Amino acid sequence: MPGDSALELRIDAKTFAVPGRVPHAVLCDVAFTAVPGEILALLGRSGSGKSTVLRIALGLDRDFIGRVRMPPGRVGVVFQEPRLLPWLTLTENLRLVVTDGVPAPDIGDLFDTVGLPGIADRLPSELSLGMARRVALARALAVDPDTLVLDEPFASLDRRLGADLAARVADRARRGRAIVLLATHELDHALAIADRILVLSGHPATLAANEAVPDRAADPGGVDALRDTLLERFAFLGTDA
Amino acid sequence: MDDGRLDGARIEGAPLTTPVAGGGEARLSVTTIRGLSMLSVLAAWWLGAWFAGSPQLLPGPARVVAFAWRETLDGALPANIGFTVARVIAAFAVAMLAGSVAGYLAGRSRRVDAVLDPWVVIALNLPVLVVVVLTYIWVGLNDLAAVLAVAIAKAPTVFVTIREGARALDPQLEELARVYRLPFGRRLRRIEAPQLLPYLAAAARSGLSITWKIVLIVELLGRPNGVGFALNMYFQSFNVTGILAYGCTFAAIMLVAETALLQPWERRANAWRQRA
Repeated sequence: MPGDSALELRIDAKTFAVPGRVPHAVLCDVAFTAVPGEILALLGRSGSGKSTVLRIALGLDRDFIGRVRMPPGRVGVVFQEPRLLPWLTLTENLRLVVTDGVPAPDIGDLFDTVGLPGIADRLPSELSLGMARRVALARALAVDPDTLVLDEPFASLDRRLGADLAARVADRARRGRAIVLLATHELDHALAIADRILVLSGHPATLAANEAVPDRAADPGGVDALRDTLLERFAFLGTDA
Repeated sequence: MDDGRLDGARIEGAPLTTPVAGGGEARLSVTTIRGLSMLSVLAAWWLGAWFAGSPQLLPGPARVVAFAWRETLDGALPANIGFTVARVIAAFAVAMLAGSVAGYLAGRSRRVDAVLDPWVVIALNLPVLVVVVLTYIWVGLNDLAAVLAVAIAKAPTVFVTIREGARALDPQLEELARVYRLPFGRRLRRIEAPQLLPYLAAAARSGLSITWKIVLIVELLGRPNGVGFALNMYFQSFNVTGILAYGCTFAAIMLVAETALLQPWERRANAWRQRA
């Protein structure tokens, strides 16, 4: 039984209703929990409902049947779009989300963590999409989050940089005992950092897999075996779904 | 002959050597055109006065300037303009504040909008003269009534502009503020105000030009001083020179206020949009 500091999510049904059209179900029977320090990777095809699950977890979408309980504490978020404020410098964008009671972040260290040193005084309009996403990631880390919700944060980065960044974020999250909920379509990124792999599949999407990732140091072969199993069950994970 | 062939047809684009005007050159050109346009107004006025042949009907620019100078020297023109400017500032401030707050609330809440919208529709369609006369009757012939009447007449247009701005606030940034649990003050100051500034600037620019015109009507109807009062006095004596001297001087002051204050502010308010 997870404690008060766990994330619990249960979506019995989620439908989208457009006026004048027949409502269509997008999610059903999706349930999982996460405890502090645990990293969950949510995989699925494009349009399978990964972002919807994250929005429900964040309380931004309440129009569903089920229950969600976020643990108390601070939340850091990276949306699919960077959502930087164009009238603020990058430093001001990071400071914006730091509210009372949050330790003052080391802005330079955050930019270093996401691989963007020396850009603190720039404006968002001076960044590429990939850079803007990394700044959004730095902003999420700036609040020293207890829960980190990441929606495709490493998209538009090359695989090596994405993997490197994922490892740094995972390391930071584990040290801070943060719960991480990561939506991604990169199975290799997920296997490299996650403690559990969740796969959404079907129409409407259900939670078709909820697999613990073996300890990488103790059982490196176990990770490969899990990878093969997942690819066998969900062929779309082997492509840029 | 249309035989489906393109004999001899050529498609030509602009020559590659077409010079492109630089920023400074383009500004100079626009400034020159503006200057010439203003000179043409003076020329048309001067020609009209010459054709009219009667300074009582249409005095020339020189005669009006001389009259304004005399009124300035004896203190009447500065005093009347001072009264009017004070009323414009007070009414403008009240209209902007009330219209902005109400417009923001209506733009953010459909219920508030449902309450306020019928009032605003009525206010927008109520003739200014009716508002002014009724305010004078109910509040009295005093400066409070004058400022109130102008503010009531102007606030609905500010309301409508700011309501549109509040409706257009980026919902993605609103979600960002929600998930990071930003306090209301910071959300308003750092996220919403920058998005609303272009709307505020637009409301202020249109508001100033409308406000001073309404202030003149209010003064004409019920104040013992101000440009509107002076215009009424010169109208009674059929002094077209006096009417033009006061009217043109005050319009010039408002033009300077708009050019020197409001337009630069509007440009600054929109700067981030051009960068984004």
